[in-house]
Amino acid sequence: MLEISKVSKLFNPGTLDEKTALVGVNLAMKPGDFITVIGSNGAGKSTLMNIISGVMKPDTGEVRIEGKNISHLPEFSRSKWIGRVFQDPMAGTAPRMSIEENLAMAYTRGQKRGFSLSINRARRSIFREQLSRLGIGLENRLSAKVGLLSGGERQALSLLMATFTKPQILLLDEHTAALDPARAELITTLTETLVREMNLTTLMVTHNMEQAIRLGNRLIMMDKGKIILEVNEDRKQDLTVQRLLGEFEQISGKKMADDRVVLG
Amino acid sequence: MPVWLNGAFELGLLYSLMALGVYITFRILDFPDLTVDASFTTGAGVAAVLITNGTSPWLACLAAFGAGAAAGAITGLLHTKGKINGLLSGILMMIALYSVNMRIMGKPNIGLMGTDISTVFSGVKVLVLMPIVVVIIKLLLDLFFKTDLGLSLRATGDNERMIRSFGTNTDTTKILGIALSNGLVALSGSFVAQQSGFADISMGVGMIVIGLASVIIGEALFGAKSVFRATLAVVLGSIVYRIIIGLAYQSEFLEVSDLKLITAVIVIIALVFPSLQKSWKQKRLARKRTASLLSSMEQRGGGR
Repeated sequence: MLEISKVSKLFNPGTLDEKTALVGVNLAMKPGDFITVIGSNGAGKSTLMNIISGVMKPDTGEVRIEGKNISHLPEFSRSKWIGRVFQDPMAGTAPRMSIEENLAMAYTRGQKRGFSLSINRARRSIFREQLSRLGIGLENRLSAKVGLLSGGERQALSLLMATFTKPQILLLDEHTAALDPARAELITTLTETLVREMNLTTLMVTHNMEQAIRLGNRLIMMDKGKIILEVNEDRKQDLTVQRLLGEFEQISGKKMADDRVVLG
Repeated sequence: MPVWLNGAFELGLLYSLMALGVYITFRILDFPDLTVDASFTTGAGVAAVLITNGTSPWLACLAAFGAGAAAGAITGLLHTKGKINGLLSGILMMIALYSVNMRIMGKPNIGLMGTDISTVFSGVKVLVLMPIVVVIIKLLLDLFFKTDLGLSLRATGDNERMIRSFGTNTDTTKILGIALSNGLVALSGSFVAQQSGFADISMGVGMIVIGLASVIIGEALFGAKSVFRATLAVVLGSIVYRIIIGLAYQSEFLEVSDLKLITAVIVIIALVFPSLQKSWKQKRLARKRTASLLSSMEQRGGGR
């Protein structure tokens, strides 16, 4: 489904601030895989996401979706295959537009947008039905401006918008990190349900160890631009936070250094 | 109706198309576009040249729209593909267009008076024709901003990162929006030239500020909750602006050359006042809330 081979990325090449963000990263995802990604600050998690989604181009290496090399496509062309939820709840929706208008833009993901009316009765009923899956009453507020919603509501809407057209790949970039614990829990549960129901191939970056263990069938740990640990389906079931931290210290020879790491 | 008020309505409607153009760049795309100052003249010049050469006035208006749109598209290209700062690309285009306008017109002033020249206003009153034109264009714009393409254009100004992640090439939507905006501005210029009876090389100077004034006054007085309301507010704002200017002229001590200063002052007041008002309100609320929190804490403290 998604194949990343020998991807490297260097920031500020040739300057004092030169930094290797990714070094020869390889990763292959099968359809239906749900991989959680953990790692300390500057491990390259976000860079990996940005390279898959096309925000950044790799210096070397390839990104392939269903065997097609997409390394040189710009972000907007890749969105046909890739749905994404950002960390910032404000980033995934347009605040001055209504809930249904936001959904209409997500509904036409990757299609050519022309002069047909964005909202009609058929679309509206699809939107209402989809919104009701969130269980937070947004289906009754179709014409409300998104800017009026709370952070948690906006993130739930972003999650729905990223998923309801069934993208080949779903990228979740610490999408619960900016929310308070109760809202984060709501979004985590929603993520679990939506991904399972639609069998989405998902890559999720998180700093929450407990969440990384609870969600998904595979887990990878990154450090200094490399994947240093891969835990596959069979071993992931009996993983604990303690064991994960132990593994990290053993491999990297240091303690997990991330101020924001939540041990759960 | 006094003559000056009649004139204010006429001018307000003629310039409201320009204000709608400014609304598209300034409010929808969040792109302050200075091309307007020159593309207004482009529209007037193109129409004047075509009309004096015997082209039908409506065809001349259409050509003016096209010329303005082309100028806007180039500003958009400079900004998106050339990665030049938005304000600067508008300024560059404004300067370049001055020469182009001179070439189009061939001389700094073209007269459109005379019995052998027919304009869109030949045989029909401005106050009859313009309301129809403005309403049609306003409704077409409202409709456009409800289409899939229109939504992606609005989202480009609202949350560019988001709409890119849903597959819109935001360079294209920006170029399209700036082109549409300058098309309307040039169209407005072509109507103004036909109504006033001439096109002049410097008639567009200060146009951006007049457009901003109309947008801001309109939004402040009539609200901008939806696109429908906002475009209506812009048209009405353009008329109110002309009434304010007309009133200013009625006073003894102002002169015609003070027009630009008055306009700038109106825009400054309209920009500064809402933000001041907001911060006053917030301060007052904060003081009130703190006072009530403190008093409730004291009460609880006293009980222990």
